[in-house]
Amino acid sequence: MTSTTPSTATAAGNGHGPAELAPSAPGGLVKSVVELDRVVIRLAGDSGDGMQLTGNRFTSETASFGNDLSTLPNFPAEIRAPTGTLPGVSSFQLHFADHDIMTPGDAPDVLVAMNPAALKANISDLPGGGLLIADSDEFTPRNLAKVGYTENPLEDGSLEGWQVVSVPLTSLTLDALADSGLGKKEAERSKNMFTLGLLSWMYHRPTEGTVRFLERQFRRKPEIAAANITAFRAGFNYGETTEAFAVSYEVKPAPMAPGRYRNISGNQALAFGLVAAGQRSGLPVFLGAYPITPASDILHELSKHKAFGVRTFQAEDEIAGIGAALGAAFGGALGVTTTSGPGISLKSETIGLAVMTELPLVVVDVQRGGPSTGLPTKTEQSDLLQAMFGRNGEAPLPVIAPRSPGDCFDAALEAARIALTYRTPVVLLSDGYLANGAEPWAIPDVDSLPDLRVDFATEPNGEDGTFLPYLRDPETLARAWAVPGTAGLQHRIGGLEKADKTGNISYDPANHDLMTRTRQAKIDGIAADIPATEVEDPDGDARVAVVGWGSTYGPIGAACRRIRRSGRSIAQIHLRHVNPMPADLGDVLRRYDRVVCPEMNMGQLALLLRAKYLVDVESHTQVRGLPFRAAELAAVLQGVIDSTTPTAAAVAAAPGGAR
Amino acid sequence: MTTTDHVHDLGMPAADPISAAIAAGGDKQTELKAKDLKTDQEVRWCPGCGDYVILNAVQSFLPSLGIAREDMVIVSGIGCSSRFPYYMNTYGMHSIHGRAPAIATGLAAARPDLSVWVVTGDGDALSIGGNHLIHTLRRNVNLTILLFNNRIYGLTKGQYSPTSEVGKVTKSTPMGSLDHPFNPVSLALGADATFVGRAMDSDRKGLTEVLRQAAEHEGTALVEIYQNCNIFNDGAFDLLKDPATAAQWTIPLVHGEPLVFGPDGASCVVRDEYGGLRVAETNQVDPAEVVVHDAHRTDPSYAFALSRLSSQDLRYTAMGVFRAVQKPTYDRMMAEQLDDARAQQPADLDALLAGSDTWVVEA
Ligand code: SF4
Repeated sequence: MTSTTPSTATAAGNGHGPAELAPSAPGGLVKSVVELDRVVIRLAGDSGDGMQLTGNRFTSETASFGNDLSTLPNFPAEIRAPTGTLPGVSSFQLHFADHDIMTPGDAPDVLVAMNPAALKANISDLPGGGLLIADSDEFTPRNLAKVGYTENPLEDGSLEGWQVVSVPLTSLTLDALADSGLGKKEAERSKNMFTLGLLSWMYHRPTEGTVRFLERQFRRKPEIAAANITAFRAGFNYGETTEAFAVSYEVKPAPMAPGRYRNISGNQALAFGLVAAGQRSGLPVFLGAYPITPASDILHELSKHKAFGVRTFQAEDEIAGIGAALGAAFGGALGVTTTSGPGISLKSETIGLAVMTELPLVVVDVQRGGPSTGLPTKTEQSDLLQAMFGRNGEAPLPVIAPRSPGDCFDAALEAARIALTYRTPVVLLSDGYLANGAEPWAIPDVDSLPDLRVDFATEPNGEDGTFLPYLRDPETLARAWAVPGTAGLQHRIGGLEKADKTGNISYDPANHDLMTRTRQAKIDGIAADIPATEVEDPDGDARVAVVGWGSTYGPIGAACRRIRRSGRSIAQIHLRHVNPMPADLGDVLRRYDRVVCPEMNMGQLALLLRAKYLVDVESHTQVRGLPFRAAELAAVLQGVIDSTTPTAAAVAAAPGGAR
Repeated sequence: MTTTDHVHDLGMPAADPISAAIAAGGDKQTELKAKDLKTDQEVRWCPGCGDYVILNAVQSFLPSLGIAREDMVIVSGIGCSSRFPYYMNTYGMHSIHGRAPAIATGLAAARPDLSVWVVTGDGDALSIGGNHLIHTLRRNVNLTILLFNNRIYGLTKGQYSPTSEVGKVTKSTPMGSLDHPFNPVSLALGADATFVGRAMDSDRKGLTEVLRQAAEHEGTALVEIYQNCNIFNDGAFDLLKDPATAAQWTIPLVHGEPLVFGPDGASCVVRDEYGGLRVAETNQVDPAEVVVHDAHRTDPSYAFALSRLSSQDLRYTAMGVFRAVQKPTYDRMMAEQLDDARAQQPADLDALLAGSDTWVVEA
């Protein structure tokens, strides 16, 4: 994607640019305004510097301004690594544009470094000519030594390839708060708000939202609220008056479908989806969960919504979390458990029990880097095969994957729909990138949400007036669901193999074979209840298809746009239902000469597709704990397209072709 | 199959589909007989197993509670005792090894209207499920836990359990077991359980009395039931069953009664110099020194001291209700929080989804 970047625009501000719109003249200074179509900003600082909060505020301002946006928070697993060290660096990247964008951006155009560690950890990602804003106050000999700088890079000429603006952010903040009555340490904490003010000026962001936010956030500490607001305004005014910044930038709102929008993160959207599922089914939501990064925010969010009948149970461990959810499901609730990383391993046995007892259960796995404790705060897609097969015995279940932060809402509703309709545990595979990333979200009309009402059994269903808990709906193969308290329908379920219909214990070989096949058929049958494969191929003549699932939707989509802009064709297929897959998927994949599957794992979906459809899917993998970069992905796809000759395609298409 | 009626034209779910289903299911029968609680399933414990007598005692006693059988749910783990739900004509779940307290917690918290029971064993509750047990007890969820303690692994054919005595020779410990046993009552009291009792499988009267008090208790009640496994640990409790020795080594607990026991009341319980309890000869102490049993003491240390009187070979084993105190239950407090939240701000999904910062894109 090409665009004017702030770096070139800064050059413009120095007098060479064509894009000057209107001079503004505060305080006698003539400042230019440059219009850009997109900007990627990365804020980097110490974990204690409040970069995530600053990023989130800038995101909210940007969202309410009407830009399309996408964010990538990146923070260490340690709550507070030693101050000023590389492991303690926390960053937040925001991509915003006047058009529809799909990723948080491959590389920043602007890097804000709050200390030497933040500079060192991030400067290699800033392309040459990019704008660097650094807090010069923090470049002290001590801080420099902590990260191995022998000279001050702001002064030794080593940053010549970039546009460097050194700003004494800390002392400017202290000056602004001289009369606040706060101590130095306390006042210093507001430097992130000073920085936010400066950036808000630079990019013409609306500021009322942040002022309101600070008032709300610190309503019990009005002096802190006042200090932060003062620092924020001082940062804004500094931008307007200083000679260090001659230019400010305008990124026009993006054209979006009409409607009411808000900014939303994946975890929040997922939690809202679960609340909505409770409302649309009429069932009380019961979440059993144990705190784990990066899934805990779903627990936090849901625990705020007790008015919706949502019960949240913080269990003693992962096993109790899912156990309690399953117990609640037996009682007729919409049982949910949320976890990540090793937590999903601990839940395996109970998921197996849910498969056997055929009770609805939503299992949310916010995937993170593994194995073991792995990379708790980084993203990965490496739990797919575990979701599919990670249980003893034949224990099939549906797997659903959201594709963007806002999509977590719909995915949660879909997971609940399938769980309730088919009486089965469903694994919802989000990931760390979706969980913490944010985007504008068109607020749905509640009445348009799916109807999730369930049919509880209320009468005996057996011929002799008995209740048969494993008598199935002929269409869905879902078993009868009778809730305790219903007279005459007392029954016992459990982990031992069930006899067909009666649900009694059965060790009969033929029955076990029947039940195993029936459980599989029930899950396979869901394919008839989901949409056909959606192929995005605007040119209609693609020979190469790229297939993905989950959070790679954005980077793959952005890569496909680049490919198409280069005059090539490519088809994008993205799976929401990873198990079962759409019924026509095999046929669709076989239409292409080549199929590429990029994943943030070692090729797990590719393995499934190859096994299931005997299609020669080419796996492209990356496990860096970060999303794919669109440019890199585009290069890979372009290589595939350019090495796919029409001849090869013709050979492949011919009967008895050489494949 | 008849199902709950939908009010399709309204387009919204029934306010409470669970209550609607229960109402549609018809009248509840609260006048039960023991036979109403039996199922058509063949009971598959070994002949002579103590589990039979416990099952019979439970089936005879439950009708006296006046609770409809459809309102009872029995959740079990894995082990011989955990087959219990299959033989009870109530709702039931035979779940996972050790996890029954967790599953029952979810059910009881989501459905405070039900009478939820957990049936578990010494391996199930104290080994693999120890964590869930202690946390369930400290939370005080309204459920009754029956812990069948036979001091052995029966279902897996005879390995020593976490309540087996040190030096137990079993298939997995041919030279004797090395680990010290848990005393389940001490463990439960250490977790601040609000109700803890102990009974003997063969003592129908004593067992029924403890079960009755446990069932009436609001909160988590733990009842340890000594259960004979006649196949792998036969006679484990003979010291307390044999008429020749039982009176000498059993301390019956009756709230408000002095702790005097043994043939002719020869023994009693008095306080020791460290604040604990000890057994004394009744004729050697001032009658005023004899401890009067008080199951309602808020501080669990007295009940704990009672539980520590017994040795691992079961001499001086207290039987009955150790502790029964009132504390708010988890499920009730959870329901109250929901009510409070609704009172503060009624549920409005549109408002929730919109939040406080929105913008509109015009057509
Ligand atoms: S093995 Fe022991 S506990 Fe198990 S059923 Fe047989 S006698 Fe009872």
